[in-house]
Amino acid sequence: MLEMQGITKSFSGVQVLHEVDFDLKEGEIHALAGENGAGKTTLIKILCGVHSDYQGKIKFKGETVHFRSPQEAAKKGIVAIHQELSLVNSLSVIDNIFLGREIRRRPGFIDYRAESQKASAILKNFGLEINLNETTGIYPYSIRQMIEVAKALAQEAKVIIMDEPTSALNQAEVDHLFSLMVNLKKKGCSLIYISHRLEEIFQISDRITVLRDGRKIGTEITSKLAPETLIRWMVGREITQQFPPYFRCLGQEKLRVDHLFIPDPTGLKRWIIEDVSFSLHQGEILGFAGLQGSGKSELFHGLFGSFGREIKGEIYLDGQPFSVRSPGQSIKKGIVLLTNDRQRTGLIPSIDVIKNITIASLRKYSPRGWIDPQAERQTAQKYVNKLQIKLQSLDQEVQTLSGGNQQKIILARWLGTEPQVLLLDEPTLGIDVGAKYDIYCLMNEWKAQGLAIALITSELPELLAVADRFLVLHRGRIVAEFSHEEATQEKILQAAMGGREETKIFY
Amino acid sequence: MFLWCQKKIKNNFLTIFRSPLMRATLALIFVFLIGVIFNAHGAFFRWDTHRDMFRHISVFAILACGMTIVIITAGIDLSVGSVLGFSAVLFSLLTIQRGLNPILALFLVFLAGLGCGLISGALVARFKIQPFIATLAMMVFARGLAKWISGGKKISTAILDSSGVYRYVEPPQIFNLLNSKIFNGNLAVVTIIFLFCALISSLILGKLRLGRYFYAVGGNEEAARLSGVPVAQTKLIAYGLSGLFSAVAGICQAAQEMQGDPEAGLTYELTAIAIVVIGGTSLAGGRGSLGLTIVGALTIGYLEKILSLNAIGEASRLMLTGAIIIGAVLFQRARK
Repeated sequence: MLEMQGITKSFSGVQVLHEVDFDLKEGEIHALAGENGAGKTTLIKILCGVHSDYQGKIKFKGETVHFRSPQEAAKKGIVAIHQELSLVNSLSVIDNIFLGREIRRRPGFIDYRAESQKASAILKNFGLEINLNETTGIYPYSIRQMIEVAKALAQEAKVIIMDEPTSALNQAEVDHLFSLMVNLKKKGCSLIYISHRLEEIFQISDRITVLRDGRKIGTEITSKLAPETLIRWMVGREITQQFPPYFRCLGQEKLRVDHLFIPDPTGLKRWIIEDVSFSLHQGEILGFAGLQGSGKSELFHGLFGSFGREIKGEIYLDGQPFSVRSPGQSIKKGIVLLTNDRQRTGLIPSIDVIKNITIASLRKYSPRGWIDPQAERQTAQKYVNKLQIKLQSLDQEVQTLSGGNQQKIILARWLGTEPQVLLLDEPTLGIDVGAKYDIYCLMNEWKAQGLAIALITSELPELLAVADRFLVLHRGRIVAEFSHEEATQEKILQAAMGGREETKIFY
Repeated sequence: MFLWCQKKIKNNFLTIFRSPLMRATLALIFVFLIGVIFNAHGAFFRWDTHRDMFRHISVFAILACGMTIVIITAGIDLSVGSVLGFSAVLFSLLTIQRGLNPILALFLVFLAGLGCGLISGALVARFKIQPFIATLAMMVFARGLAKWISGGKKISTAILDSSGVYRYVEPPQIFNLLNSKIFNGNLAVVTIIFLFCALISSLILGKLRLGRYFYAVGGNEEAARLSGVPVAQTKLIAYGLSGLFSAVAGICQAAQEMQGDPEAGLTYELTAIAIVVIGGTSLAGGRGSLGLTIVGALTIGYLEKILSLNAIGEASRLMLTGAIIIGAVLFQRARK
C-alpha cells in the first residue's frame, strides 16, 4: 500500500540516503533496522513529512504523494510516534487524543460526549482502562505511549511509524505494546517499527529492512532471516574512517568502583545502575557499550556527582575512598565529565569562547575572587592552539562555531582543570569526520600522558579502534567484558542485547 | 569601487550597530534629540533640568543595579520596591524616632535589606520556587513589614507626644547630608550614591569570579552546575545583593522625602525592570551588563523629564511611556 522509490537526501552537502527503496504492505509490521546514523530516522522523517526536500518518489495507495508537513501526512493517515511523545502533559487524556481535531457541534464548543464515545471505543480495544478526564502527565510513560497510539487511531491512521518505542519500557510493558501492535495489524493497520533490540525485531515483525550508511542492504521476511545475517547486514561495513594506531600503556589503578547502585534520575523507583564494579587504570581507555537505556550515561553522571550523594557503593581514587558529593568536588579531585549533549548540558551560549573554556577552572585565575583577564586569556589561547580549535576570535560567541569546534571548546574546558580521570560520553557525537579523527588522536595523547579515560560511544567501530578494554552494560548491569583483542562488533552487540534476565529490583 | 566602499561602510556600520550597548545608546540619543527639539523654551538646555533628572532617576537606578544582577542569573526580583519601603521606614524609625547613631542605623538597614534578599534567594535557590513567585511573596511580605513597624503611618519629623500634640524635631544630619547637592549644587548626593552602586555592581559583574558565575548560571544553569559552579550559592548572593541595593535606595528615598513612608516604592520594581530591559539586558538571562542599565536609566529618566517639561498630562505620559518601552524592546530585538 506504501512504496518509497529511490529516496535520496542530503544535509548541507552530506548525502545521508542513497536511492533507498522501501515498501509496506497492508496489515504488516515492517521492522527497519540499522546502526546509529544509518539513515533510519531520516527515511522516516521523509515519509511523515518532516523533511520535504528529497529526491525520489513516494506512492501511497496508488497515488504519488509529497508531504510538506507532518499534518499533511497525518491527513492521509501516516502518523509517526517518536520516543519523545507529542502529548501535552497538562491536558486531559481526551483533550490530547483529539488535540487539533476536536469534534465540534457548534464552532468553538467541543462535543465531549462524541469525543469520549470515540475515545472509549479505541481504548477499550487496547484493554486500557483509564480515566479520560484525568491529566495525562500523571500516567507513566508506557500508558502515555498508548494514549499517543490512541491519538493516532483517532485520526484514522493507516500507517503508524514507531521509532524506538520500547527503549523506555519494561518487559511487561513491552509485551502489552506488542499485543496492541498485533491487534492493530489484524485491523488492517500497517506498522513501521524501528528498534535496536534484535530480539524484539524478530519477535514482532513480519519483514525486516536493513539500512547501512544511508543505503538499503536488503529486505527479507523475518522467518527467513537468521540473526547472524541481520547483524552482519547491520555492521558489516568496511571501516571508512581512519583511526590512529592503537597502542598499550597501561599504568596503575586509578579508579575503582565497587558494587555501585544509582537510582533512576527520572524519579522512577528502580536502579538505573545495579551492582556495577570495575576498575580504571592510568593510561587506559575503558570503553562502555550498551543500548539506549542501559544506564551507561547515568553511570558517568553518578560518578561525576551530577546526582549528588544519591548513589550507593564504594569508590576508590588512587586507593583512597572517595565519596561523591557534587560536580565541583569531583572536579577538584580530578574527575571530569564530558556530557553527551553539548547544547543542553555543555555550552553556555551567552558567554564567549574564553569564558566557556575557563568556567570550570576559574578559581585558578581568580585566587582572591578577582579574575586575572590576562592569565585567563592566555590559558584559553593555549588550549585553542593545542586542540587546534578554529575560530575567528577568542571573544566570539560559541554558538557560531561548528559542532566539532564546540566539542573541542568543552574538552578545553575540562583539560583546563588538569584532570586525571576523563569520563567522555559520546565525544564524537554530531561532529564531522575530520574533527572525530582529531579527538581520537587527543584521546590517545591523554592516554599516553597517563590519564584514565572512560569512554561511551554509540559508534562501535570507533569504540573498537580506540579502547583497551570493553564493558558491556545491559539494563544497568555489566553483562560482559572483552579485551581489545577479543572484542568484535558482533560480540559486543550480542552482549548488549542479550542478558536474558529481565529482573528489575524495586526498592 | 564605489559599491565596494559603500558595502564596507555598511558592514562596519552594521557591526557597530549590532552591539547591544550601541543600540541602547542610539535609543538614548533618539530620546535626547526629542528633548532638544521639544526643549520647552530652552528648559532642556539648563543644567538644573539634567541635575534634577539624575536626582529623580537615581533611586530607580540603584534598584536597577540589583535587578540587573538578578536578571542576568535568569531570575527576577519583584520585591525591590517593597524592600525599599521597608528600609525607608526602618531607617527613619531608627534615626528620627530612636535617635540612633546614623552609622549604626545605616548598618542595620543594610542588614535588613540583605536579609530580605537572602530570604528570596533561599526560596529560589534552595527550595526551587520560581523567582517570580518567591519575590512576589517577598514583595507582599516586606510591604507588610513596613506597615507593621510604622504602625501604618509615615515616620516623619513630626512626632506625636504623649499629650497628643505634634512636636517637630530637627531632621537628623544624615538626612540633610544625603539630600544635599555638591559641586556648587550641580550634582545631587543620591546621584553620587547611584554611581557608586553602579561601580560596585559593574566590578562584580565584570571583574569578579562571582560575576562570571552570574552569567554562567543565567546562560545555562545545568551546564554551569556540571562545570562545578555553585549554582545555589550564586543565586542566593544575587538576590542578597538585590536586597542590599534596595536598602540603599530606601535610605536615599527616606532622605529625599524627609520621612519614612510605608507606601514608598510602590511599583518601583516595575520601573527598575523597565530600565534593565530598555538597556537591552535579556530577561532570558546570561547576557547584559551594567553599562546597558545605566543607558536604560538615562533613557527612561529623560523620557519622563521631557514629557513633564512639555507639560504633557499624566495620562498621556503613562501611555507614551508604555508605548516607548515596547518600541525600545522591539528595536533591541531587531538585531537577531
